[in-house]
Amino acid sequence: MKRISGFLFLALLCVFPLFAGDFYINLVSQILIAAIFAMSLNLLVGYGGLTSLGHASFLGFAAYASAWSTTHMGLGVGTSAVISVLATMVMAGLFGMIALRATGLGFLMITLALSQVLWGLAYRWVAVTNGDNGMSGLARPSPFGISLDSGANYYWFTLVVFVIAYWLMAIFVASAFGSALRGTRDQARRMSALGHDVWMIRWITFIYAGFWGAVSGLLYVYYTKYIHPSSLSITASAEGLLSVIAGGSGTLGGPVVGAALLIILKNYASAYVERWNMLLGFVFLFIVLVLPEGIVPGLKRIFSRRQGGQS
Amino acid sequence: MQFWIIQGLNSLALGGLLFLLASGFSLIFGLMRIANLTHGAFFMLGAYLGANAIRSIDGVNLWTAAAGTGLLVAAAGGLLERLVLRQLSTNPLGQVLVTLGMSFIIADACLMIWGGDPIPVPTPADLRKPLLMFGFAFPTYRVAVVGCAIVAAIALYGLLERTRIGAMIRAGVDDMDMARAIGIPVSALFTAVFCLGAGIAGAGGVLGGPIMSAYPGLDADMLPLALIVVILGGVGSLLGAFVGSFIIGFIYTFGIALLPDLAYVILFLPMIVVIAFRPQGLFGRIGA
Repeated sequence: MKRISGFLFLALLCVFPLFAGDFYINLVSQILIAAIFAMSLNLLVGYGGLTSLGHASFLGFAAYASAWSTTHMGLGVGTSAVISVLATMVMAGLFGMIALRATGLGFLMITLALSQVLWGLAYRWVAVTNGDNGMSGLARPSPFGISLDSGANYYWFTLVVFVIAYWLMAIFVASAFGSALRGTRDQARRMSALGHDVWMIRWITFIYAGFWGAVSGLLYVYYTKYIHPSSLSITASAEGLLSVIAGGSGTLGGPVVGAALLIILKNYASAYVERWNMLLGFVFLFIVLVLPEGIVPGLKRIFSRRQGGQS
Repeated sequence: MQFWIIQGLNSLALGGLLFLLASGFSLIFGLMRIANLTHGAFFMLGAYLGANAIRSIDGVNLWTAAAGTGLLVAAAGGLLERLVLRQLSTNPLGQVLVTLGMSFIIADACLMIWGGDPIPVPTPADLRKPLLMFGFAFPTYRVAVVGCAIVAAIALYGLLERTRIGAMIRAGVDDMDMARAIGIPVSALFTAVFCLGAGIAGAGGVLGGPIMSAYPGLDADMLPLALIVVILGGVGSLLGAFVGSFIIGFIYTFGIALLPDLAYVILFLPMIVVIAFRPQGLFGRIGA
C-alpha cells in the first residue's frame, strides 16, 4: 500500500512538467534541491543525534568550489563537479575531526562557529569569492549531450538525482551501519562497550552527510547560476534544520515534507511580506512550541490511530 | 610603532566588548545549559536602542544610555526566559532553536524599525581628545571601553566569588540537582542569570556603538566571535571568557589589519588547537 502510493507519487512527479507551468516546475525543482539538503542534514540530526547548525557550509562550499573552478581554472562542468564534491568531503572530514570532539550543544556551537568562519571568508576574500557581489556566469552541465537550460529538463535532472539520493540514503539508514549509527545516538556508551568505534561511526556519517550536502550545493548553483555568501549564512543552515525538525527528524520522508513546506512558504510569503527572516523566526517558535515531533510523525500517529486503534 | 600600539589598543577594545558579550553567554550556558543564540541579537538591540536614546532624548549621554538600555534588554531577556524557555526546560534542543528563532525575529525587527543604514553613535565629548602618553596618541574612548570591561569583570568576579548569590550560582553550575535539593532557588537564579547576561550584552552593544556603530548584521558578526571565545575559554568560566575575549580580540584585529582577506581563517587556528588538546576549553571544568 505504502509502496504503491510511493510509486504513484513518483510517477506524478515524472509527468508533472508536461502539464504544469514554468513557475511550478521551478518551484518543485527548488523543493527537490532543498529536500536533498535537508535529508543529508537529517542523517546527522535524526539518525546520529548530532544537531548541526553549520550544514550550509557543505552546500555553499561545493557551490563556490564549482563556480570558482569553472570560471577561474577553466575546468569543464563535469570535472569541476567531481572535484568540488571531493573537496567538500575533505573539508567535511576536517570539520568533523574538530566538531566531533564534542556532542550535543557543544557540537552545535562548533559547527555554527565553523560555518560562520566560512561565511566571513566568502564575504571578505574578494579576490576568490567576489565578496558581496557573488559569482555569476556559471553554466549547467549537459549530461549525454542533453541541454539542461530549459526549466523542465533541469527539473527532470534534479528529480533523477533526488531519487538516487533518497534511495541511497534509505539504504544507508537501513544498513547495519545505519543501525549502529542509531545506537550511538541512543546509547553511545553501550555501543562503545560493545566494541563499536562511536567516534568513527559519527565521523563517517558526517562525511557522508557532507557528500550529499555538496550534491545539493551543485544542484543549487546549477539552478541559480549564481552564488552569494548568504548561501553560507546561519539563515541557510537554520532553514535546513527547520525543514528537518518541522517534517520530523529521524524519518526518511520528514525532511522532504519539511523542505517542501518551507520552500512553498518562502515563495508565497515573499510575494506578500518582505520580512522572510522574521517569519522564519516565528515558524521556528511555532514548530518547537506546538509541533515538536514534526509533521510526518504527527500525521503517522494520527493515521495509525484511526486505522487500527493501536497507538 | 604607532601602528602596533594603535592596533594593540583596538584589540584590547574589541576584547573588552567581546568579554561583555561572551561572559553572559558563558554564565547562561554554564548554569542553564542553554546555548543562547539570541545573545548576538541582544547586543545589536542594545546598540540600536542606545544610539536612538542618545540621538533623540535630551540629556542622555552614553553612560546613562548604556545603563538604561542594559536594564531594558535585561527585562527582554527575563521575559524570553520566563515565558518561552521555561516551557522547554526538558528539551535543550528546542531551547536552542527558540533562541535562534528569536534572534531572527529581533534582527529583522531592528531592520524594519531602524532601516538598513548604519546608525553611528557619537563618542562622548570629553573622550574625543586623544590621550597622550609616552609620546603616543591613544584614542581615549577605546581606553575607556577596556576600563569598562575590566570593571565589569571585577564586578562579575566579586558577584560570583564573594556574595551569597554568587555562591548559589556556582553551586548550580557545579551540581544543579544537589543545589536544588538543599533548598537553593535554582529557578529564580535562572531568570536572574539570564537577565544579567542579556543586560550586560545590551549595555555592551551601547558601549560598542562609538567604535562599530549599530548596523544590520552586527549580531551575525558578533555571535560567532562570542561562540569562539566561549569554546576557547571553556563554558561557565568567567576567567575563560576574559582570557578568550582578549585572545580573539588580538587575533581578529591583527588579522584584519595584516591579512584582511583571511582574518576569518586565522580565527580557526586557536579553536583547532584548543579543541584538539583541551576540548573542555582553556579554563573549563565541564564538557560542553
